[in-house]
Amino acid sequence: MANVFSSIGNWVNERAPNMMPAYRKHMTEYYAPKNFNLWYYFGSLAIVVLVNQIVTGIFLTMNFKPSAAEAFNSVEYIMRDVEWGWLIRYMHSTGASLFFVVVFLHMFRGLLYGSYHKPRELVWLLGMLIFLVLMAEAFMGYVLPWGNMSFWGAKVIISLFGTIPVIGNSLVEWIMGDFLPADATINRFFALHVIALPLVLLLLVVLHIAALHEVGSNNPDGVEIKKGPKGNRWDDHKPADGIPFHPYYTVKDLFGVGFFLTIAAFIIFFVPTFGGWFLEHDNFIPANNLVTPTHIKPSWYFTPFYAILRMIPSFFGTAFWGVLGMFGAIALLFVLPWIDKGKVRSVRYRGTGYKVALFALAFSFIGLALVGAGVVGEWVQEILTPMLPPLSNAAFWKDSPFWASSTFWENLVGRLLTAMYFGYFVFLWAYTRFGWEKTKPVPDRVVYDHD
Amino acid sequence: MTMTKRQLLMKKYVSSIALVFGLLVGATSAMASEEGGLPSAGTNVNDQASLQRGAKLFFNYCVGCHSLKYVRYSRISEDLGLSEKEVMDNLNFTGDKFGDPVISHMPEASGRQFFGKAPPDLSLEVRAKGADWVYGYLNSFYLDPSRPVGWNNAVFANASMPNPLWELQGLQTAEMKADDKDAVEKLELSQPGKLTPAQFKQATRDLTSFLEYAAEPAALQRQRYGIWVLLFLAGFTLLAYTLKKEYWKDVH
Repeated sequence: MANVFSSIGNWVNERAPNMMPAYRKHMTEYYAPKNFNLWYYFGSLAIVVLVNQIVTGIFLTMNFKPSAAEAFNSVEYIMRDVEWGWLIRYMHSTGASLFFVVVFLHMFRGLLYGSYHKPRELVWLLGMLIFLVLMAEAFMGYVLPWGNMSFWGAKVIISLFGTIPVIGNSLVEWIMGDFLPADATINRFFALHVIALPLVLLLLVVLHIAALHEVGSNNPDGVEIKKGPKGNRWDDHKPADGIPFHPYYTVKDLFGVGFFLTIAAFIIFFVPTFGGWFLEHDNFIPANNLVTPTHIKPSWYFTPFYAILRMIPSFFGTAFWGVLGMFGAIALLFVLPWIDKGKVRSVRYRGTGYKVALFALAFSFIGLALVGAGVVGEWVQEILTPMLPPLSNAAFWKDSPFWASSTFWENLVGRLLTAMYFGYFVFLWAYTRFGWEKTKPVPDRVVYDHD
Repeated sequence: MTMTKRQLLMKKYVSSIALVFGLLVGATSAMASEEGGLPSAGTNVNDQASLQRGAKLFFNYCVGCHSLKYVRYSRISEDLGLSEKEVMDNLNFTGDKFGDPVISHMPEASGRQFFGKAPPDLSLEVRAKGADWVYGYLNSFYLDPSRPVGWNNAVFANASMPNPLWELQGLQTAEMKADDKDAVEKLELSQPGKLTPAQFKQATRDLTSFLEYAAEPAALQRQRYGIWVLLFLAGFTLLAYTLKKEYWKDVH
């Protein structure tokens, strides 16, 4: 048996002599720092989810009908009449949400340990492109089941392009192929969702990993292992603190995948709608352009950006500023490697100001997600209004006081959080540009407290 | 010394696993109780007897106007543990075939004529509105002479639907709020029906359970398989963990 394998191996090697070296370069001789922690699981998990989305997506296309008249029915057909169709569909819908969970954590890891710093700017830029394409992919996928929230979500999001001066309105019609989201819209979104964007996504993922392997992985200490001492058990010229990706990180990631799949399976089999966050109530009603859902909101993973859009008021008779703010929130992440002029990468050795700012960024992001989902106004109102009894006297204000409306609190909190989000980038630039940051000494080698 | 460190690490892993699951369970239960002021329906789709009673109520009182266009008679038979004959004799009053979906025979135009709006399909009602809403709705009809058909509903104001279960529940009248004449303060049973209030609550719970099942027949399967999938994955994860431990022994 072994002979058969080695002769097949030789046969391939003679005809493609560069295949094995490529495998070694990316797997057995890719030396990754040995001190990866929990945050380093999310890259491989993102690949697992991507594969899941592609495989389950292929099976969904076998029964899904991309037309306004049939889409909703065909999804219910998959849920009820197709063998295991419900499982495939829940794996796809849960996978979509978990994709964003994993990607947000993966990106935050980059911020924690400065993985976007020189020389990894290209890795970061390609990653940001993946994020952008992923958002387009998710948005179009969300429209396909043609529920009422699909329809109204599509209408609201596409209308954003209508705020662009001069060409806006024609652009909106061009995107939809109609005056409303309609048959033409779902048909083209299907084409983009199942082939165009996945191809781009796959290409970008390959480039992201290729670019990473050129410079090598960062690590929780932000120490460049290539600049440290040389020589490990496998190679005298490779970094002493590096270990071969395969088998060390493949087995470690296998454990991560098992853990992640357990959580995913819990959601898929026991709470597939996740209380209306992963599959919304209003999307079990077919698309209807005459009935507007009570609260139109995008899927949870868009809510932070949607909140920024809503919190920035209109000026000069146009809502374009909100759209600018929303896209600006993403654009700033793209240029983060040039905003942060700090020399120290890892949060472990950065100044206190950086730690506080990073916490504030995470806080504002989660807060904005809740604002965008429309739950914050009522919470704050319920908590704060009883604390203001003397002034909440209705007679004093003739009508009810201004803070008696949840919109007031939503706007107040939402605008503060928006300022906090953008403030991170302004602060980070000034903090590192003018040398205000007091960093701690960075160790020469990675810290690895083995057992 | 090495043991304590390993134990510490193990403890860290176990506590983080516990934390993640705790958060998941906490989040889902918090979201489940979020439906705003409605009494809990207390449905259980795994209670087959309840589903059967609910199906009987649906086919006696609801299917005259409402369809379940995504649900087939044959599927009901399979999932509710009823034979083909039982389904065709006791539930199918329209003469449709066993493999057909449940379609009301009331023409849509008549529906519009009678109620001002064609009665909606109920296949996905529970997924769209929630079980608590449906249960609350079924219990909240009251007499209102100002409405075209003489009925109103405290959960869904100015619904165009009359109470199909009035014979069972009896007649309810509403006491309106002092400061808001359009909001219901409370409902009172002014004329008892065939069932006691407790029996009626159980009947509407059964009916809601059946509609919850109709909204997602897969719920029966996914919960059954889910346990085994989780057990398998937990075992796999543990195995992967020991594999990782073994491989990483020589990393110092």
